[in-house]
Formats: sequence, structure tokens, C-alpha cells
Amino acid sequence: MKKYLGPLSKDNPILVQTLGVCSALAVTAQMKPAVVMALSVTVVCAFSNLIISLLRNTIPPRIRIIVQLLVVSFFVILVDQLLQAMLYDVSKILSVFVGLIITNCIIMGRLEAFALSHKPIPSLLDGMMNGLGYGFVLVVVAFFRELLGSGTLWNHPVVPQSWYAAGYLNNGLMILPPMALILVGVLIWAKNSLTH
Amino acid sequence: MRKFNALFDAIDSFLRTPATVTATGSHIRDCVDMKRIMITVMIALCPALFFGWWNVGYQHFTVVGGMGCVISFWPCFWYGFLKWLPLVIVTYVSGLAVEVLFAQWRGHEVAEGFFVTGFIIPMIMPPDVPLWIVAVATAFAVLFGKEVFGGTGYNFLNPALLARAFVFFAYPSVISGDKVWVSGGNDAVTGATPLGLVMNGHAEALPSTWELFVGTIPGCIGETCKIAILIGAIILIFTQVADWRIMLSVLVGGYVTAFLCHVSGLCPVPGYRQILMGGFLFGAVFMATDPVTAAHTRVGKYIFGLLVGILAIIIRVLNKGYPEGMMLAILLMNIFAPLIDYCVVQANIRRREKRFSQLKTNGQ
Repeated sequence: MKKYLGPLSKDNPILVQTLGVCSALAVTAQMKPAVVMALSVTVVCAFSNLIISLLRNTIPPRIRIIVQLLVVSFFVILVDQLLQAMLYDVSKILSVFVGLIITNCIIMGRLEAFALSHKPIPSLLDGMMNGLGYGFVLVVVAFFRELLGSGTLWNHPVVPQSWYAAGYLNNGLMILPPMALILVGVLIWAKNSLTH
Repeated sequence: MRKFNALFDAIDSFLRTPATVTATGSHIRDCVDMKRIMITVMIALCPALFFGWWNVGYQHFTVVGGMGCVISFWPCFWYGFLKWLPLVIVTYVSGLAVEVLFAQWRGHEVAEGFFVTGFIIPMIMPPDVPLWIVAVATAFAVLFGKEVFGGTGYNFLNPALLARAFVFFAYPSVISGDKVWVSGGNDAVTGATPLGLVMNGHAEALPSTWELFVGTIPGCIGETCKIAILIGAIILIFTQVADWRIMLSVLVGGYVTAFLCHVSGLCPVPGYRQILMGGFLFGAVFMATDPVTAAHTRVGKYIFGLLVGILAIIIRVLNKGYPEGMMLAILLMNIFAPLIDYCVVQANIRRREKRFSQLKTNGQ
């Protein structure tokens, strides 16, 4: 069980393996897209892991990357279509980054490192936990970016109007991707200080 | 009490000359230590600062009182001084708090580097910038520009410029546009900087070259008076604290680019006036020459300076979003400075290897 909890703490895909950083910078300006993105990656990662694990004894090793890509794209297209149908506004914000889940290193990494050599149920769990580990960082970064950058959380204003009247301003740098990189860096820093 | 060693040490070094000297290794005995270098830079900044105080008041009373009013010297001076004082106090408190915290935590000493940084930051801000923004920007710059990389001497970006860049991108409304450059101005009376005028296509409304040179124009506190900046430059060059090669090459790069832009019709402003506008000279003299973040090799300094000058004018002329290019040009070249040095050193090594192998074949 400990093995599966790793991605949430000492083996976090973003904070320790520094994978999937690109999308973590792009979709975390607000909470809502970040949560949707986190869930999408979790779903894609978990089910691709499951399918590849089921097929692991039949895939010829030489073409395994292509097979993995096919399986991942299948789930990504599914998620993309679902988002466009049910959550059109969020899907607009996420734009290409849903499609780019295919190239997310975390997913390919888990398929290569875990699903190809483990049984289906452990693979499903592993994919899920890695997706959640990724999602956790996304949500934390998005929380600070939305709170400090827009003064809202989940699109609800939380910074009181009286603050603005007193001269408080939203931090425009928080909306820009560079600040997300700095925030991820701060999280890595905090994590390293806690574990060392 | 041992816990507060870093704090104690900082106060001790600041108030007295510490007796500790390096025990091992070869070193040159010289009266120039970091403290003295920093004090020299601060003295060189003073002419620009004194003029800045007066000019903040002068701009304020001109705009508030209308063009015809009689403006005497001392009220202007005091007005500017009282505008500047809270800024500098907030900068030092915020920046030194971060420095001391880190020194405590990491167990190193508080370095003198922040004294100049904290002195420059208020000089490159508009006079009416909110104090909490200055505090946040200073803390950000010291923390992410310097301390996470190991403190003074290890920073690859100029911390003072980073603080300004932070304000520029995070709170653009307080540091750009026509409303912020005159203290106490309001929506009815605006004081556009020369650069703002050019960006909005009002180049014909520019102040005269003499006004640009003397500095009776709206702008940041320290950047307007070119005479005062030149006095500072002379002090820095004479004491060899800053390198004249960087200053010269920034000027040459900037002037040539501005001249070409003017001749080719991209920009209605003649080259020599581009040099006199905005923070170009201030950046060239006090920011680009930062010994930590500039290039270190002699050839590298020329390349570094030329590129700062060229980029600053290119950003000013071609990018309509950013009226002032000097800040971004210096920060960008700060990032490339180690690469420039690397290339210069490698080229030198290759040249000497070639010479050596030639000597060897000739000798045989």
C-alpha cells in the first residue's frame, strides 16, 4: 500500500521527478480548470495503465511505444469530447492542453515503468495515485495563483471590496506562467526542506 | 544569544570595521573591501538623488499650481525628500528582514550588498508608488533574485531591477501610463514621461534637449537628471568601482541603434535624445555595471554592454507595450552574461592551444 501512496508525498511526479511541469504552468491560473485538468490526467493515467497492463504480455516490445500512444490517445479523445459536451467553458480555457495530455511524461513514464511489468489492479491504482499526485500540486499552485492573481477562488470573489478600496491590487504576475514556475519551485523547496 | 549571531555580526560590521581577516591563501592587502565599494556607489548615487528630491517637488508644484506659479527651491526639495523617505525606509526594512531571516536560517553572514540595492530601489520607482507594493517587490527580489541562489555575489539578476520588474509586471497600473510620474497628480493633470509621449505618437510634444539633459521632466526619482548621473559616473570610474567599458559600450550600442532607427524612419526621435530619455543613462551607469551580474571578462564586457544598449533601444522602438526597454534589456543580458564569459574564455583557450601547437611543430 505504501508503494501506491508514494506519488502523493516522497515520490511526487512534479515535485520529485519534475515531470508534467509544462501543463502545470499552463492551466493553473484558476482553480476550476486546474481541478478539471487534474481529474482528466488521473482518469487517462489510471485507465491507460489498466489497458496496457492487460495487454502487457501480448505487445511486441519493439512497437510498445506506439501501442501505448494509441491507448493514451483513445482516452484523451474520450476525455476531450466529454469536456466539450459537459463543461464547455472549462474546455475552452484548457484548449490544447487536454490534447497535450498524450505527451504528458507522467503517463508515458508510468506505462513504461509500471504497467508493462505489473498486474492490472496494481497498475490501475498506480496510475490513479500518480494522477492524484500531479493533481495535488496543480490545485495548490492554482489556489495561490487565483487567490493572489485574481482575488477569487473557484470564480467567487474572496478578497473583500474594502481591501481594494484601501489600495490593494491583484498581482498581475500571478496570472502569467513565470509565476507558476516560481510557485512550483517554492513547493519543491518546501518539500525538500521538510524531508531533508 | 548565539542563535542571533548573524544579526549581531551584521550590526557589528555595519557600525565598526570588523577585525576578522582571511587566515589562509594568498591575498592582496587593499583598503577596498565590500563595505567601501558599496559606500562609494551610494556616494555616486547622491547627486542624482538630491536632484530627484527637488524634481519630485518641482513636478508636483508645477502640475498642481499650474504653469505660471512661482516655485521656490526649498519647498520642492522638502516635498521630494518627504516622498522619498518612507520609500527608502520601507525598502530597507523589508529587504533587510528577508536578508537577516535567511542569514539566520542558512547560517551565513548578512552581506553589505543590500545597502546599494535598497538605495537604488526607491530611485527607480515613481514617486507615488504605494509603500506595500515596494515592500512586496523588495522582499520578492531579495528572496528569489538573491537568497535562493546563495546570497550576495551569487545572484545572476540585478536585485534592484528585479524589484522594479516585479512591480512592472505584477502591478502595472502603479508604474506605467501617464498618471503615475508626477507626485500628487490626478486624472485631470497628467505628466507623461518623454518615453510615454513617444510611444503614444506625440513625439512633437517632447521637452527640449536641454530639459532632458538637466532633468526637469517627469520620471522616476533618480533617473531624470543626466548631469547628476554623469557626476556619479565620473566618481565610479575615477574610483574604479564600476567599469567604464560597460558604460561606454552601452552608450555606443544604444546610440548606434537609435541613430539607425531614426534614419530608417522607425522612430521620430533622434539618436542622442533617445540616450537622454528615460532610464537609459541611469541603467548604463549604475545598473549594467553591477560587478556581480555583468560579464566579467574584458571582451565580454564590451559584448554585454553593446547588447544592452542595442536591445534597450529595440524594445523601446519596436515594442509598443513597453515604453522603457532599459530594465528588460539589462535583465535579459544579466541572464546571458555567464554565457558570454564562457564563450570568451573558450575562444581564448582555443587561441592559445593553436599557438602552442604551432610553436611545438615549429620547434621540432
